[in-house]
Amino acid sequence: MKTTLTRGYAVRLSRGMKTNLKAWILLAPSLVFLLTFTVFPILRSFFLGLTQYEFGMRSPEFIGLENYINFAKSALFWKIMGNTLYFSFLTVLPSMVIGLGLAMIVNTKIHGVGFIRTSFFYPVIMPMIAIASIWMFIYMAESGMLDQLLMAVGLKAMNVLSYRETVIPAMSFMYVWKEAGYLMIFFLSGLQNISGELYEAATIDGASPFTMFRKITLPLLGPTLLFVSTIALTNSVKLVDHIVIMTEGGPNNGSTMLLYHIYQQGFAWFDQAKASALTVVMLVIMLAIAMIQFVNADSRIHYN
Amino acid sequence: MFKKITLIILLVCVAALSTVGAAGSTEAKPAEKMELTFFYPVQVGGPLTALIDKLCADFMAENPDIVIKPVYTGNYDDTVAKIQTAIQGKNPPDFFINLATQRFSMASSGTAIPLDDLIKADGAAGKAYIDDFLDGFMEDSYVDGKIYSIPFQRSTMVVFYNKDAFAEVGLDPEKPPKSWKELVEYSRKLVKKDAAGNYERYGVGIALNSGSAQWAFTGFALQNSVDGKNLASEDGKKAYFDTPENAEALQLWVDLQNKYDVMQKGIVQWTDLPGQFLAGKVAMIYHTTGNLTNISKNASFKFGTAFMPGNKRMGAPTGGGNFYITAGIAPERQQAAWKFIKFVTSAERLAQWNLDTGYVAPRTSSFQTQLIKDYWARLPQAKVAFEQIPYAKPELTTYEASRMWRILNDNIQSAITGEATPAQAMKNAQAQADEVLKRYQ
Repeated sequence: MKTTLTRGYAVRLSRGMKTNLKAWILLAPSLVFLLTFTVFPILRSFFLGLTQYEFGMRSPEFIGLENYINFAKSALFWKIMGNTLYFSFLTVLPSMVIGLGLAMIVNTKIHGVGFIRTSFFYPVIMPMIAIASIWMFIYMAESGMLDQLLMAVGLKAMNVLSYRETVIPAMSFMYVWKEAGYLMIFFLSGLQNISGELYEAATIDGASPFTMFRKITLPLLGPTLLFVSTIALTNSVKLVDHIVIMTEGGPNNGSTMLLYHIYQQGFAWFDQAKASALTVVMLVIMLAIAMIQFVNADSRIHYN
Repeated sequence: MFKKITLIILLVCVAALSTVGAAGSTEAKPAEKMELTFFYPVQVGGPLTALIDKLCADFMAENPDIVIKPVYTGNYDDTVAKIQTAIQGKNPPDFFINLATQRFSMASSGTAIPLDDLIKADGAAGKAYIDDFLDGFMEDSYVDGKIYSIPFQRSTMVVFYNKDAFAEVGLDPEKPPKSWKELVEYSRKLVKKDAAGNYERYGVGIALNSGSAQWAFTGFALQNSVDGKNLASEDGKKAYFDTPENAEALQLWVDLQNKYDVMQKGIVQWTDLPGQFLAGKVAMIYHTTGNLTNISKNASFKFGTAFMPGNKRMGAPTGGGNFYITAGIAPERQQAAWKFIKFVTSAERLAQWNLDTGYVAPRTSSFQTQLIKDYWARLPQAKVAFEQIPYAKPELTTYEASRMWRILNDNIQSAITGEATPAQAMKNAQAQADEVLKRYQ
């Protein structure tokens, strides 16, 4: 018994593991971290999402899909999903367009481009919390810069953070300002990968700058565009800091987004089960974004 | 093979036993100091942490066998989160400060212990100690008839008003509004617009952001209540939002903005309000007594403090943090924590805490100290807070208090921004509250 067991192990080790042993050892540290901090929490979220585990309960009770059914029936959940979608809609495309524009500006060989590059990138290195605090002063009711400007030109103060019609557009504007510089960096590296010869040839052929942009820049930026749109979309879904600072989700949840709601459920109300179920929802959304983009766009990209 | 395993298991057991034995023997040593961990939240940061450190140092000087290790844990919500995490990690603090409104959650989750046995052990002194706390503050220490917390950093809401502005529009600066009717009447006189129709000064300001609106609303609801009943039942299992009186109170807020046009429209932030008051942009604000030091230091005009104007009756909310002792710690540690709590909540120390921070001392005897008498002589505006306590009741307190606050705040905001009528908003709030509380009934 004893010997066969040992021999069994030895055989298996020599066949499968032994050749890969070095690789396993090298992978082990990151594998341990991945398992502990990514795989395990995800699995645990899946499990807790199927339970009831409210503040004060000693242990989770299995309730199947009830959490998800309740979300589907809850007006608040759909309001929050709507807010999240609206925010993504208002931020992803504008920040990509502006980011590409900025990248094209700083990609030219004009004097002082380093300074321009830095100033465009500057909002990116500031933490969201700091930015939100600064913009809160800009958006502050009546005494804030925005309302002062409006009043100076004879318009009414808007108090943008106070109304559900204006709160998400106001936050989106701030976020586009921050995000565009970040996306610019990716576009810039994409642009610098495009060979200059293509433009030279096009110039000799008499192509207009617009044609060059449409026929050379955009197609060759394909992989970058895909990458950037994925990043921008997932980034816009996983934002939370500015809501904590600026509105706490108000007025009447007009600016509550998915991640903020997860935070509320988990850390303000200690409802681990609902927070986990919402996390699963978020995970599914993120995966879906990534899947759709990679699968769908694969065929249409021109790699260099 | 099996021999080896048995040997290893044996070795592990021996090692484990010896550590247990070692731990036991160290605890038995009389010279060993007892180290207590104390979680405390600081809403405003800065000087308060230094004051807490000082209180701990003073206590340790008197009790050399006890070491208090204060751990600053962010705001009240963060502190609850950290306590829960610490308990799950089997490393809980020995005692902590948190909102009085959290007591139902603290009791139901088995986080805190009832203090009745500790009080009883002190005999007559224990009873006298508890009786000395003002009713308005002591009221929200009870869960099912047991005392779960001891009032410490407590506050109430008062009206700060600009006396110069009162004089300017022909109102008597010594007569702040006493009723809702006067509040509206005075506000209409105090509001000031420029030629373009922009407001130079609002009549009145109430913070309506999430986390603040529910506090002021408790006051307004009490003022309009027929029988003086609060927004929730005393056992914390039932909310009373959907009443015609509460809808009227909310209607008043909406009217102050839209009908009477005397309050800034939309949602003004709690933290912005004192600044606006100091800049002369609003003539009266509803705010915490905790802001008195700030306002008295920075006001460039004469200002007064006043009771919250009443309607059917006088009313005001109390709020703030209490001491709790964590469940599951050794009895001698509970006693040491209890000793510290009594030390810090002595009449003199609470009086000093009142002076240093602006929180209202929750004990009657604190107000007989020379410290407070001198303070009132220096700053008469400070007296109003104490005088208002007999009319004050605890802010909205139920099981799952922070979820309930959110529900009330959301629906108040829905009425303010015109998404719902006040009556609808209160009805929605009731439905949502019943849903949350049904598992406790």
